[in-house]
Amino acid sequence: MGEKIKIAQYWGAGCGGCDVALLDIDAMILDVHAIADVVFWPIGFDGKIKDIEAMPDKSITVSFYNGAIRNSENEHIAKLLRQKSVLMISFGSCACYGGTPGLANVTNRKEIFETVYKNTQSTDNPSFVVPQTHIKVKEGELELPEFYDTVKTLDEVVDVDYFMPGCPPTTNLIAMAVSAVAQYVTKGTPLPPKGAVIASDKTLCDECKRERVEKGRRIERIYQAYEIKPDPKKCLLDQGIICIGPATRAGCGAMCPNAQMPCRGCMGPTKGVMEQGASMLSALSSLLNITDAESKMSEEQIMELMMQVKDPLGTFYAFTLPKSALKRAVTERGRRKAVS
Amino acid sequence: MSTDATHNSSSTAGEIEKAFDPKLLVFCCNWCSYAGADLAGVSRLQMPPNFRVIRVMCSARVDPEFVLRAFERGADGVLVAGCHPADCHYIGGNYRTRRRIALLKMLIQQFGFDPDRLKLEWVSAGEGEKFQKTIVDFTNTVKELGPSPYRGGV
Repeated sequence: MGEKIKIAQYWGAGCGGCDVALLDIDAMILDVHAIADVVFWPIGFDGKIKDIEAMPDKSITVSFYNGAIRNSENEHIAKLLRQKSVLMISFGSCACYGGTPGLANVTNRKEIFETVYKNTQSTDNPSFVVPQTHIKVKEGELELPEFYDTVKTLDEVVDVDYFMPGCPPTTNLIAMAVSAVAQYVTKGTPLPPKGAVIASDKTLCDECKRERVEKGRRIERIYQAYEIKPDPKKCLLDQGIICIGPATRAGCGAMCPNAQMPCRGCMGPTKGVMEQGASMLSALSSLLNITDAESKMSEEQIMELMMQVKDPLGTFYAFTLPKSALKRAVTERGRRKAVS
Repeated sequence: MSTDATHNSSSTAGEIEKAFDPKLLVFCCNWCSYAGADLAGVSRLQMPPNFRVIRVMCSARVDPEFVLRAFERGADGVLVAGCHPADCHYIGGNYRTRRRIALLKMLIQQFGFDPDRLKLEWVSAGEGEKFQKTIVDFTNTVKELGPSPYRGGV
């Protein structure tokens, strides 16, 4: 085999878990090492952006970008890596769907700055100093990246070749991706079609080993996960615990439900579905307590029943708010303000 | 976001406000509400022309995503009309619908919309007048609310 391929891994607005996940492939990391040189990996070693800028276009074979686009630096490096790479992989839920940082789209920069730099108990900042993009000091001008109002997904700012959802992507999925790239490099095996999601096409329930009621499924009431001790064999949703499995893509091996925790939906929507939140909202509504007395129930009673879902947006869009139809929260500007 | 072609995307929020002509989307189930809407039409009942009807086989066919997409594309209000409880052609479709709409109202509120921009009403095939009244009331409610906060980009 000739020259090694080059790979890069970058983190945008993420937690670093995706970077660690790449190491979790264990001994397979040696296979990666056998075919590839890592040219840029801020969490792993010291690398300079100017070195990447100096590389010819398309000289990096694969870039793994994890984390959402929260500020101008995230966007700049996403664009830089796209320009220098043959393949751009959106790695992890934050890059693919916005992930947990994406939940900040219920608010905006102004409110975030006010909370972080003013209102938190431990903050003492009477003149309300907040990050500036440029500031002149006697030593010269200092720069900081611009903090955006809205969190974006990677594919909103650059063209993405493959998506690898998961928080973080599981070892199996990473191994699948690594071996696909390795086969492509060494044997010329064709890659999956552009835009493919490196995971299963089925729903999470398909992988889950729990027993579910097949006909006439009904939930009487909703429980928070801490309120009951669930039967370890039965479907969590059947027991009244909101599990996002029915609206979530499989590929992770249903690790959370198998460990007695409900799925929160990090693998994103299933194939062909755009809105994971709407999909789960629909599924849950169809299960909740429909009885013979239904026709006598008033709309108020129905509202009361549904109020058991304490935080629909946070529950159904825990990982996908920036990728949802509405992308972010808005503010009524009309004559009547929304009641809070 | 994409603003509908019939609304000038370059107009400011203030201009839209001045000549606010709300755009409402109405989902009617095939068996009751669409027939009710039809009855309102053939009876020549007067209604403001701000609404567009989409016929669906059942109100439960209205995927919550349809409602969110409607708001995304600049609808100022969405009305879902279906058969009265116990009258659903598919026995229990409307029971799912009313759960979804209740939950959707909570959801759109978290997205910053006034929950009154989404309405559920039961309209039977014989209730042309109720359809008319529902449209008049809903148009007035949305006029009072003003343009959707999603209009003109976020």
